[in-house]
Amino acid sequence: MQKELLVTADAQTLAFEVDCHLFQGCGFPAPSAWSFIFDPIFTIGPVEFNKPMLLAIIGTFAILAFFWAGFSKPQVVPGKLQMVAEALYDFVHRGIAKEVIGKKGEPFVPLLVSLFFFVWMLNLWALIPLAQFPVSALIGYPVGLALLVWVIYMTVTFRTNGFVGGIRNLCVPSGLPKPIYVILTPIEFVSNVFVRPFTLAVRLFANMFAGHILILVFTIATWYMLGTVLGTVYATGSFVVTVVLTVFELFIQALQAYVFTVLTATYLSQALEEAH
Amino acid sequence: MLHLAAEEPQSPLLPVWPEILIGLIAFGIVFFVFSKKLLPAINKVLEERREAIEGGIEKADEARIEAESVLEQYKAQLAEARHEAARLRQEALEQGTALKEDLRAEGQRQREEIIAAGHAQIEADRKQAALTLRQDVGKLATDLAGKLVGESLEDHARQSRTIDRFLSELEEKAEAAR
Repeated sequence: MQKELLVTADAQTLAFEVDCHLFQGCGFPAPSAWSFIFDPIFTIGPVEFNKPMLLAIIGTFAILAFFWAGFSKPQVVPGKLQMVAEALYDFVHRGIAKEVIGKKGEPFVPLLVSLFFFVWMLNLWALIPLAQFPVSALIGYPVGLALLVWVIYMTVTFRTNGFVGGIRNLCVPSGLPKPIYVILTPIEFVSNVFVRPFTLAVRLFANMFAGHILILVFTIATWYMLGTVLGTVYATGSFVVTVVLTVFELFIQALQAYVFTVLTATYLSQALEEAH
Repeated sequence: MLHLAAEEPQSPLLPVWPEILIGLIAFGIVFFVFSKKLLPAINKVLEERREAIEGGIEKADEARIEAESVLEQYKAQLAEARHEAARLRQEALEQGTALKEDLRAEGQRQREEIIAAGHAQIEADRKQAALTLRQDVGKLATDLAGKLVGESLEDHARQSRTIDRFLSELEEKAEAAR
């Protein structure tokens, strides 16, 4: 076998050559897109069940376990856990639903709350020991959620405004001089119907993908450069960067979950706008 | 775990449908539990809490209003009591004045009575004195006449002396009586 190989990760092992170090005549085993391909743990028919899927499902139950503990037997005078859960809920309820949509956003609160915590959980897996992989860095998960948001967005648009009103809502922003509409109407249509769901999915995917790649680069580099005295000095630097990036990622994960949810709320808010 | 390029695994930049499916199912579970169980539960409690806080405020308001009405009552009662006291004092003053007036009138009356009684007494005394005097004068005159008759009028000079003596006697008597 030649050295140039495609390396994939399974649930347990790392997706790079572990016995290769600096000054040993072998090149840096840089992470690649293939670091995001996992061997299946088991296969059911056509579905190869792999580690990210497992993480997604564990994440689901982690969210539910936390909020179940906080909210299933709620007290008027809250305990500590309930208080934390309430603060998180309030952040989405008041900070996103009320802030972006207003009073009409109340029916969408469960959707927004679920979206925020689900996306955050998928992102958060990147930092949880042994998991250490952001599930949302696999394009399928953001695409699924963005499709769902798109369907709801379209449904709400047409249900609120009727068919003609819905088309108007999607294509004709109000309050502009007439000639502008010649250019703006197709742009608006493409933007609202196609670009929005696409960017919604890709923004989340790309952020998490890039973040994971960054952390992989410096983590692998730390390992790769160990061995000699000089190499260890380099490795220390690389390790510090890894730690800094990890903290940064912690921030990005929450931010991307927030952005995903706020954008969903913005789309819904626009869909709920009455025709002028 | 090593794959040759020939095995051609799925490109990581293209979504695979099992991922979409699993993602949506997982999200669906989260959404279902949140919307059916957890959020209604916590919303109910948040509403209860809001009501409890507002109820507390309402209760405090009620207490304040009651306290104000009680204070109002007390003030009214106090004003009434003051009014009553003033009225009583006024009445007492009037009664006192009337009583003083009465007493004065009574005193006046008694004084006049006493004065009148004094006058009557004096008059009676005077009458009594005049009567006694008249009797005395008569008796004296009789005495004098008797003496004059008894002297047999021998000589004019003696007569004169007798009269003089009599008169001086009278004077002495009067002096003594005085």
